[in-house]
This record gives sequence, C-alpha cells and structure tokens, in this order.
Amino acid sequence: MKLITAILKPFKLDEVRTALSEAGVQGVTVSEVRGFGRQRGHTEIYRGAEYAVEFVPKTKIEVAVPDALVDLVIETIMKSGHTGKVGDGKIFVSELAQVVRIRTGERDADAI
Amino acid sequence: MKTQLSRLVWPCVALLPVSAVWADDAPAPTAPVVVGFDKINSGDTAWMLTSTALVLLMTIPGLALFYGGMVRKKNVLATLMQSFVITCIVTLLWWLVGYSWAFTPGSSPYLVGGATRLLLNGMFYQHDAMMLTVSHLGLTIPESVYCMFQLTFAIITPALIAGSFADRMKFSSLLVFISVWFLVVYCPIAHWVWEPSGWLAIKGVLDFAGGTVVHINAGIAGLASCLVLGKRVGYPKESMPPHNLTLTLIGASLLWVGWFGFNAGSAVAADGRAGMAMAVTQIAAAAAALAWMFAEWIAKGKPSVLGIASGAVAGLVAITPASGFVGPTPAVVIGVVAGVICFFAATSLKTALGYDDSLDAFGVHCIGGIVGALLTGVFASKEISGSEGSVVTQLWGVGTTLIYGFTVSFIILKVIDMTMGLRVSEDEEREGLDISQHGERIE
Repeated sequence: MKLITAILKPFKLDEVRTALSEAGVQGVTVSEVRGFGRQRGHTEIYRGAEYAVEFVPKTKIEVAVPDALVDLVIETIMKSGHTGKVGDGKIFVSELAQVVRIRTGERDADAI
Repeated sequence: MKTQLSRLVWPCVALLPVSAVWADDAPAPTAPVVVGFDKINSGDTAWMLTSTALVLLMTIPGLALFYGGMVRKKNVLATLMQSFVITCIVTLLWWLVGYSWAFTPGSSPYLVGGATRLLLNGMFYQHDAMMLTVSHLGLTIPESVYCMFQLTFAIITPALIAGSFADRMKFSSLLVFISVWFLVVYCPIAHWVWEPSGWLAIKGVLDFAGGTVVHINAGIAGLASCLVLGKRVGYPKESMPPHNLTLTLIGASLLWVGWFGFNAGSAVAADGRAGMAMAVTQIAAAAAALAWMFAEWIAKGKPSVLGIASGAVAGLVAITPASGFVGPTPAVVIGVVAGVICFFAATSLKTALGYDDSLDAFGVHCIGGIVGALLTGVFASKEISGSEGSVVTQLWGVGTTLIYGFTVSFIILKVIDMTMGLRVSEDEEREGLDISQHGERIE
C-alpha cells in the first residue's frame, strides 16, 4: 500500500477529484495549504503598499491506494491536474504501514 | 384661526421653561425658540428624520466595516468596537454639553456656544400647549430632530480619526482621548463654522455639510495621533494586508448611501437645494472613484477594489462642503481632482514622509476635505445658494481647523501618553487588540 500526497493548484481540485473517482479511488482527504516552490510568490498592492506574498495557496490531497493502483492514480493526477505552467504542484509517494477502518476494525487492503 | 390659536396658547407658554417665543412678525431668531405646531413642516421633518438615520448608518455599521475590513484579522473586533463605543460616548456627551456648546449662541464668537441647552434642558415638545422648540438653524423641524441630526455628525467625526491610530491605541486611552477631543476640538469648531454667531461663520466661510468641521478636523487629528503614537510594530517592513476587502466594500457602499443624508440632509429641508446636493454628491463620488481607479491602474498596474472604494469616499469627502453650493459639472471636477490627489496622498505622500496613517484618515479625509473646501470657494454658485464663494475666505476655515485641530489634538495625546499611556505594549500589539483589549477574537 502507498500513500499518495499531491500538491495542486486549488482550482484543479474538482477535475482531479472526478478523475480519481473514475479511476476507482474510494476516498480522498483534502486540505488547504500554503507553500513555495519554483513558482515563488506574487506581489499584492494595497493603497500603494506592496506586499510580497511568499507562500502561495495550494490544495493538498492524500490518497491511500493498494499497490496495484499506484501507477494509475499517479497518471490520473498528472493528467487531470496539469496546466503546463509553473506551479502545477508535485506528487509524493510514500510507504503505508497500516490502514484501519475505525467502524469495523478491518485492516489494510480491506480498509482502503 | 391662527390668532385665535395663539391667544389660547399664550397662557400656557408662561408655564414653559423657555421665555423666547417666535411670533410671525419678529425678525429671524438667533437662538432656539418656541413655536406653535403649525410652524412645523411635515415634509422637512420627515426628510430630516430619515437623514438622521442615514448619517448614523454611516458610522455604524458603515465606517466600522470600511475600517474593519482593512485591518489585520487580529484587530477586526477592536476596530468595529471603536466606531460603536464612540457612537455611545458622543451621544451622552452631546446630551450633556455638546449640543449646547455647538449650536446655541455664546458670549464670544471665539469660544463655544452658550449653556442654555445643557442636558438638553429647554428643548421640549408640549402636546397640550401645542408648542415646541425649534433651532434657529432649522425653523421648520422640531429641535429634537435637528439636535439628533447634528449628533450623527458629531459621532462620525471622532470615529473617522480611528483610521489613523488603528491597530495600536489602548482602549482606555481611546475613551479619554475621544471624550476630551470631542469637547475641546469638535464642539468649538462646529460652533465657529456652523452657528451663525461663530467667528468663521461671520467671516463667511462656506461649509455646507462638514468638509471643514468633520473631515479636515478628523483627518488632522488623525495625523497628530499617528505622529504621537508612532508606527505600528513592523511597519513598513512586515506585510499588513487588509484581511477582508468585502467588508470594506460593503462599508464604503453604506457610507455612500448614508452620505445622501449627510449632504442632502444638510439643507435641513426637503427642498430643491437638498435635491441638488444629492445630485452633486452622487456625481462627485462616481467621478472620484473612477479617477482613483484609473490613477492607480496607470501608476501601479492594476485597478483595485480598495482603490475604487477609497476613491468614492474621497469624492464624497470633497463634495461635502460644496454640496448645496455647486452644480453638477463642478461636482465632476471636484470629484476627479479629489480622487487623483487623495490617491497620491495615501500612497506617495505617506511613503515619502514616513508617518503610519494606518487606514489613511489623513490622506483621504483631511486632504479630500481641503480640496473640497477650496474648490467650494472656486465653484460656489450664487444661483443655487445665494452665497458667493471666495478661496481666501475658505482658507480661513481650512487654516484655522488645521492649526487649532492639530495643536490641540497633539497636546491632548501627549498628555494622555505621559500619564496613562497611549499605546498598547509591543506584545499586546503583536497578539492583536481583539484578544489583548477585549478578550475576544474571530476565527
């Protein structure tokens, strides 16, 4: 099992969510995050005062998937979250040691 | 019928607590007088009741939201609270002495008005006698309505100052500052300019709805307060963006709507002059909003929401002294000039001189007020008002307010600073006024 974490452009979230559902993903956790990468920040001007906004708002999604689905899910996020411009985000894949469904106590593949 | 009525009424009047009764053949009164019900014009009264509500709406919630949206999230409640508490304090001070000092004739043109209306004593409405008092400044409406209408101006003026000292003044010190400032700055200046026995009124200074008394006065007190307080911690290095410009735009819109009561209400009648004042108010606000927007677009690259809202307020400020004296085309000129000049005052001038006028009470209200007061001298039309404007006379009003207002505000603030302390501690300021002053916060 793997935990796939992706940082996305916020307006891409709905597209990614729909694509993931179609790919067979059963659940996703979404959070609003801020950060910087190559896109860096932008400037905002209020009554002439310029502020550098160094952390850009992003959306983070986390998906737990069985090993068989990993490549498909990565592929799906890449396609649906793609604009081709700097700031499209990243996908991180990490090992997932255990999964437990709280309601039933099912474990691992059964709990995803 | 009228004579019969007055014969009936005379014996009752002897019991009333005021001696002056205005008869038809008497010269125009120079102090509040007692009149019969028949002197009251219901159209005028209806409009002035409405105007009073509109002008109160400008402060709560208009100005509260306008300022509240511009501060950081940790100071929102404190900023809203300032407008609200000032409304309450000034109302009681107005009842106590304010109205009497501002709007009754005094012993000298250079001091405040008289003591005949302390605790609003002498202002009455007698149902059985069919008599009531009217102000000599509004003979066709009850004095109670005139008094409340003027109260709403007295409320918004100190509330405007809060734009300069936002984010860092101690709440207890604010209460003291506003109370003292109201008594020793607002009341005298309102008296000098608006009460016919005041020396600036005698000189012929024109201020239809408060460009001098309200806006220059509040703006210059704002400059004094941000100079005495010093800059906010972190200014100008740290980023201090407005936390919610939606609130600011709603606030600016409420100010705009309320301003019809402010300017058209200052005719103290539901008449043609009020109508013209309303027309020029709308036109100048729109012209200034667009002028600021385009100036910013050219100078900074983007037409901003905060910019167009600020521009509208600048235009409303500038047309305030002129409404009631000018026609529509001068209103466009006043609006455009105010929009562009205030844009530079709030951006370049502030940065160049380095003071921290947090929400630009000085840059918008004082500068906009000066533009309006001087252009009133240029554009005042005899056809509309019967008064001829003069820039030199207007300079008397502007100069007096700037010098007197700045000096006295500065002294009050310094004394408070040396005794009870004016500013919150650095830690309290970093934590935010909401928590440190009021023990509350918004999520």
